[in-house]
Amino acid sequence: MTNTELKREHPKFSHPQSIVPGVSAGNILESNEPHGVPMKDMWSHQKDHMQLVSPLNRRKFEVLVVGTGLSAGSAAAALGELGYKVKVFTYHDSPRRAHSIAAQGGVNASRAKKVDNDSAYRHTKDTVKGGDYRCRESDCWRLANESVRVIDHMNAIGAPFAREYGGTLATRSFGGVQVSRTYYTRGQTGQQLQLSTTSALYRQIGLGNVELFAHNDLQDIIVYNDNGKKRAGGIVTRNLITGELKAFTGHAVVLGTGGYGNVYHMSTLAKNSNASAMMRAYDSGAYLASPAFVQFHPTGLPVNSDWQSKTILMSESLRNDGRIWSPKKEGDDRDPNTIPEEERDYFLERRYPAFGNLVPRDVASRAISQQINAGLGVGPLHNSVYLDFRDAIERLGKDKIRERYSNLIEMYEEAIGESAYETPMRIAPTCHFTMGGLWTDFNEMTSIDGLFAAGECSWTYHGANRLGANSLLSASVDGWFTLPFTIPNYLADHLNEEKLAEDSPEAQATLAQSQERIDRLMGVRGENPHGPSYYHRQLGDILYHGCGVSRNVEDLKEAITKIRELREDFWANVRIPGEANDMNQVLEYGLRVADYLDLGELMCVDALDRDESCGAHFREDHLTEDGEAERDDENWCFVSAWEPGANKNEFIRHAEPLYFDSIPLMTRNYK
Amino acid sequence: MKLTLEIWRQAGPTQEGHFETVQVDDASEQMSILELLDHVNEGYIERGEEPFAFASDCREGICGTCGLTVNGRPHGPGQNTPACQQRLFNFTDGQTIKLEPFRSAAYPVIKDMIVDRAALDHVMEQGGYVSMDAGTAPDADTLHVNHETSEYSLDHAACIGCGACVAACPNGAAHLFTGAKLVHLSLMPLGKEERGRRARNMVDDLEANFGHCSLYGECADVCPAGVPLTAVSAVTRERARAAFRGKDD
Repeated sequence: MTNTELKREHPKFSHPQSIVPGVSAGNILESNEPHGVPMKDMWSHQKDHMQLVSPLNRRKFEVLVVGTGLSAGSAAAALGELGYKVKVFTYHDSPRRAHSIAAQGGVNASRAKKVDNDSAYRHTKDTVKGGDYRCRESDCWRLANESVRVIDHMNAIGAPFAREYGGTLATRSFGGVQVSRTYYTRGQTGQQLQLSTTSALYRQIGLGNVELFAHNDLQDIIVYNDNGKKRAGGIVTRNLITGELKAFTGHAVVLGTGGYGNVYHMSTLAKNSNASAMMRAYDSGAYLASPAFVQFHPTGLPVNSDWQSKTILMSESLRNDGRIWSPKKEGDDRDPNTIPEEERDYFLERRYPAFGNLVPRDVASRAISQQINAGLGVGPLHNSVYLDFRDAIERLGKDKIRERYSNLIEMYEEAIGESAYETPMRIAPTCHFTMGGLWTDFNEMTSIDGLFAAGECSWTYHGANRLGANSLLSASVDGWFTLPFTIPNYLADHLNEEKLAEDSPEAQATLAQSQERIDRLMGVRGENPHGPSYYHRQLGDILYHGCGVSRNVEDLKEAITKIRELREDFWANVRIPGEANDMNQVLEYGLRVADYLDLGELMCVDALDRDESCGAHFREDHLTEDGEAERDDENWCFVSAWEPGANKNEFIRHAEPLYFDSIPLMTRNYK
Repeated sequence: MKLTLEIWRQAGPTQEGHFETVQVDDASEQMSILELLDHVNEGYIERGEEPFAFASDCREGICGTCGLTVNGRPHGPGQNTPACQQRLFNFTDGQTIKLEPFRSAAYPVIKDMIVDRAALDHVMEQGGYVSMDAGTAPDADTLHVNHETSEYSLDHAACIGCGACVAACPNGAAHLFTGAKLVHLSLMPLGKEERGRRARNMVDDLEANFGHCSLYGECADVCPAGVPLTAVSAVTRERARAAFRGKDD
């Protein structure tokens, strides 16, 4: 199928003008969805019309898969099962450790076994609406339709899902949804899906179909010109034990490298999760979609000290009995128990009298962060608000509160050293998930031929806000049930073509480029030397303030200026001890921070450029009369996909217009 | 709080290692062992010196990446707690804390406190899986699993693969790790078909690369996932079952 055959009509789409200096309008992107088919049938139609590779020819193709999490690990295992030659790369020591393992709540599937009237339509609708109409509807249909066999497959390969006493699968309800479609294994669903997928990968490794390269960190993507089109031919990795750089080539490259939340320095992500593979793809010409779409969780443990390594989630359930407040007076450092009632602002109850402390996640996060930004934050760093059980204890007794929340209150006490029975907890919104990522078409191929992206490092499904328990699902659907169809479809066109040679000029040039970046970083000798974390911390502060839970034009402009200054400081002064040709964790970190600085700038550009509020992208200058997010479907019902401009501080905004068939545009309203 | 740290330095697998003494005057009781190391390392990096290499990732106790020996005990003094969750209030002001890598013949040191645990992955590659390709699974609701069985299976599937069990064992056995997988999969509806083959292949690899189990029980004492000690008996039981039965299932 060629693009022209499938060309959709784009009635009167035109790029809105950008208010950001340096941003120019690019192309209108083709999604490669089939033409003339209802959205809900597009995926099955697409599959029916794909090209196949016969079993005997599959060994002729080599596919490089970067990452071993739920999306990449499953893609590698499934392609191995089909008979392709697969090489899989991870910076971890073992494929099992990828960050999918830390997901807790569950995995959605609209299997609709019960009589609560769930269906693929409702699942699609919840996903599209939850994402505030900034995703592709056809993708969401695929997500819902394939969700059924994700559960069957995960169960078959070893995930011990919670079971009812009758022996059938148990489900639970999740936020923002009126049916029960979340499958789970206690509070460790991510662990069990990740380990089941890893075991499938182990099987393929044992059978010799997949070759594993642990301790190997992606440095660059080898992209070459193939008759005027950019095409991915391999990757360059750094062996983290020896420091050796090496080029690997193949017929296709898959990135399943996770989200970029660690750009904020403090997030719930694992310490090693990073944006580098995604940023290398972006630098090589793969468009980066909606980088400003970031989900913040309202009840994170706040940052209390400069040594704290990350933020940790506290369950939302605490908001059932805890009352959220901040002092009315700026800089009120008194013991909270001595602050009289009339000097407390129960701001959620004040602003949202109907829902009070139980407003949805994004609304709570916004309100909390507005208090903090107004100087009303509490705690040693004035960066949190109180979550107070005093009234609940008075009403229900301490025993009842202990019974409901003891594990959380203990966790809090261990981390903070205070008893929530005596002193109000302190909580703060914290970066949790990134909806933005590499732009991909309906086949999950990026704007570089042969470069595919899956899971959180790509932009699909979640629009401007992700629905709970949809992230494990999306990674599983991508890796197990999308790429095993679309990659062969791509490869079929390249039968009997030799892969790029590892000693080809293209591969060697990319290898040299990776070496140069490392040499440049190691070679910085400034007057005012600091390690990478000095810069990362500052970047995090800039982003939380300027491009955090709520955004405004002035702060975003200031953030862009500050990030550019910080980047200059970094490249003039950062100091990396040790050697490049040895295990060097500071060098690894330095390379991450260099990428975060570029990404942070782009996120602010995207947030400033997108002149509307939608989902988690909350612009204070685009509010409805009652202070809620106001979308501008007239001008901004499209996905922004970014490409670096020709010069410094220049960016090209490509656009994929979004159309909605069966889920018509409407205002998100949870009141 | 003030602490004296003795931290292991080792440039590579074949080099001699030694303890380096570091004084910390401003540690906080709420710091984890790993945050204490971050703090020490930050000082080294700001002075332009090479910090101590150690492994960690999620810092929530689920990924199994971290692992060091704290005062002679894998992960540290707290029972069934990974290093990332071991906080300093378990120690007293002025105490000396010795930090070194997991110690086991099966885990060569890569650098400082980082060890190579690939031998554990190798055991898994021999059979720690269900041989079922994507898309071929039957409806999960038609394969009934008793509620209790599923929960019991999960108790074993919960292993985080940190490898502390091996480091804690005087014999360097990986029976808790391997047994946990054998129990987990033997209880799953589709894991039963290759139960015998799995036990044969995994246990043979286990015996080639790790020590023997003589039921000390140290493994279950340090296991951050709380895998029950009974899992070790599954290794012998499942292997013997496979031998007598002589079949794949």
